[in-house]
Amino acid sequence: MRYVDEFRDPAKAQALLGEIRGLTATISRTRTQPLQIMEVCGGHTHSIFRYGIQQMLPDELEFVHGPGCPVCVLPMGRVDDCVALAERPNVIFTTFGDAMRVPGSRKSLLKAKADGVDVRMVYSPLDALAIASRHPEREVIFFALGFETTMPSTALTVIEARRQGIQNFSVFCNHITIVPTIKAILDSPDLRLDGFLGPGHVSMVIGTAIYEFVARHYRKPITIAGFEPLDVLHALWMVLKQIAEGRCEVENQYGRVVPAKGNPRALAAINEVYELREFFEWRGLGSIDHSGVRLREDYAAFDAERKFGVPNVRIADPKACQCGEVLKGVIKPQQCKVFGTACTPEMPLGSLMVSTEGACAAYYHYGRIDISRAVIDARVGE
Amino acid sequence: MNISALTGSRRAGKLNDTRINMSHGSGGRAMRALIQDVFVAAFDNPLLSALEDQAQISLADLTRHGDRLAFTTDTYVVDPLFFPGGDIGTLAVAGTVNDLAMSGARPFFLSCSVVLEEGLDVDVLRRVVASMKRSADQTRVAIVTGDTKVVERGAADKLFVNTAGIGVVPCGVAISAGQARPGDVVIVNGVLGDHGTAILIARNQLVLEADVASDCQPLDGLVAAMLATCPAIHCLRDATRGGVATVLNEFALASNVGIRIREDALPLREEVKGACEILGLDLLYLANEGKLVAVVAAADADRVLAAMRAHPAGSGAVSIGEVTECPVGTVVLHTAFGGERIVDMLVGEQLPRIC
Repeated sequence: MRYVDEFRDPAKAQALLGEIRGLTATISRTRTQPLQIMEVCGGHTHSIFRYGIQQMLPDELEFVHGPGCPVCVLPMGRVDDCVALAERPNVIFTTFGDAMRVPGSRKSLLKAKADGVDVRMVYSPLDALAIASRHPEREVIFFALGFETTMPSTALTVIEARRQGIQNFSVFCNHITIVPTIKAILDSPDLRLDGFLGPGHVSMVIGTAIYEFVARHYRKPITIAGFEPLDVLHALWMVLKQIAEGRCEVENQYGRVVPAKGNPRALAAINEVYELREFFEWRGLGSIDHSGVRLREDYAAFDAERKFGVPNVRIADPKACQCGEVLKGVIKPQQCKVFGTACTPEMPLGSLMVSTEGACAAYYHYGRIDISRAVIDARVGE
Repeated sequence: MNISALTGSRRAGKLNDTRINMSHGSGGRAMRALIQDVFVAAFDNPLLSALEDQAQISLADLTRHGDRLAFTTDTYVVDPLFFPGGDIGTLAVAGTVNDLAMSGARPFFLSCSVVLEEGLDVDVLRRVVASMKRSADQTRVAIVTGDTKVVERGAADKLFVNTAGIGVVPCGVAISAGQARPGDVVIVNGVLGDHGTAILIARNQLVLEADVASDCQPLDGLVAAMLATCPAIHCLRDATRGGVATVLNEFALASNVGIRIREDALPLREEVKGACEILGLDLLYLANEGKLVAVVAAADADRVLAAMRAHPAGSGAVSIGEVTECPVGTVVLHTAFGGERIVDMLVGEQLPRIC
């Protein structure tokens, strides 16, 4: 398959792995702890597991699976709000597929659907708008979720809804923004990351200059990375090379998709429709200032929160759940107290176990071969 | 209520309605006309035409073919009813025939029960029944008994079909999921994921244009050819819902073995790969309706593969991996990229990823 197979070439992978091993050995001579590189995006996490990249790497080099899976960082309270909106009479609640299984404190959207609520899976916010125009007598709410990658499509849909004068369409806005989150992780006291694979598709929208603070202020190298396995290895090699040479820079491995300045039209749509919230609650990471957006006053008519009011109850993460520590790389998924026992993909406690992009689900499903034993033991113990 | 019971008068009714209404399920004349004109006329065989409450099957005839009866049932609720490569009728015959064939059985008889939604176009039903007849003839099974029900609009989605099937397992053939042994070879009969992809595209939820047809086909002939060359096939299962990944996990768990497959050995179609890339789906879990996974002793593998490739339903047969001692109960994929990962059982439905 063109533009895909080229980025999955095993021979090129072996060449890169050779270089990575060499660099890791050089860097490790002066260290006692393994190198920790955070891949920010869930898409990277997915690739790392799907292609078995982790176990091709030397032991002195670890991936820390970052917060860039929008489903994984969604707090229970917001899922409860979704269910409350969906349960309103006359509502058609539309959502991306993988948000359906995220547990709320009462139920997930999948369970709400089984209980009789009209929840529909869509592939794009425009599909939700189309449902609204087909059902003028119903209120259609779109569960807007994701980082800057999906923000523009929601924004353009809202602009389109206004242009068409569709009044029965609104969005429940849970869009979040990546930069304050990376900052929050860098500010956490127990942090010991050595560098970052930067977001790919988020950066396609917001560009690369915005990450300068990571290199300048926090002195960590960051390389914007694509999602094919060779992209991941190539970007990893670039980060290691920075570390080995004592550089801290923003580099762009994903140049075929990510322009330095981002996508001006997408950014214009974002600025037109959204404004920053004072703070937004993240699963596992707590409240992070200016990390979420909501619709501007101009678009209030399309804002489900203003239109219907939501309970907006803050639900604490389950106590046993260590999602936050996993997200910050303090522990590995299988070191969590409930991994594979109380928390499984069938009955997820934490949302890291829900999406295939979540670190815990990835470990559980794809795991390193040497943890397969632990997974099976855990299942037998259920 | 049984078809034959309702056609007891033996008067051939003619159905004049163009849409199904509640009277077609009421047991009266309208129902008799429906059954006679749509089902009995199409399926046309002496066992059904005897019009008793049940089909009566000669045991002596059956025992000539083997020493065990294979009996299975499956219900078909596909949406849309018609898709490239088949329809609910071809599925309802091939699916049940394949469930029988996976024991090595030769299929003989099927039942056909339908649940019709009020308002269904009668021509749609006729097309489905004609497909069933065509598929049944292809594989030489007879549809010998059945049932119809009509439910109010909204209580069912257009048309549901249940078929049960009877076949006979030849003496000495003992295939089961628990018989995979370390060293055995894992074989599939052709490209994977066509049915699942064709249905996704036919549902029209995606603006994807790809020329992919369902692989829906009966596999009894292929299995007979495999058994003729190797009566000691260890495991055999058709990779329908949950795909090849699910079948392999079932084999690994039932046999207490590990299974290792090679990504670069998987027979895949570019269009299917592309659709999966775009949607974030794993094609190892996509449904097939004409694909089987076989586990055979290494010494038999080449012969079985040759026999499969000589059959139209097995022309794309390849070995995709082997059975190992460990990790027990686990399927491991060697990625084309050079890594490895576990291929787990699916949790719930595969849901497309956000981004």
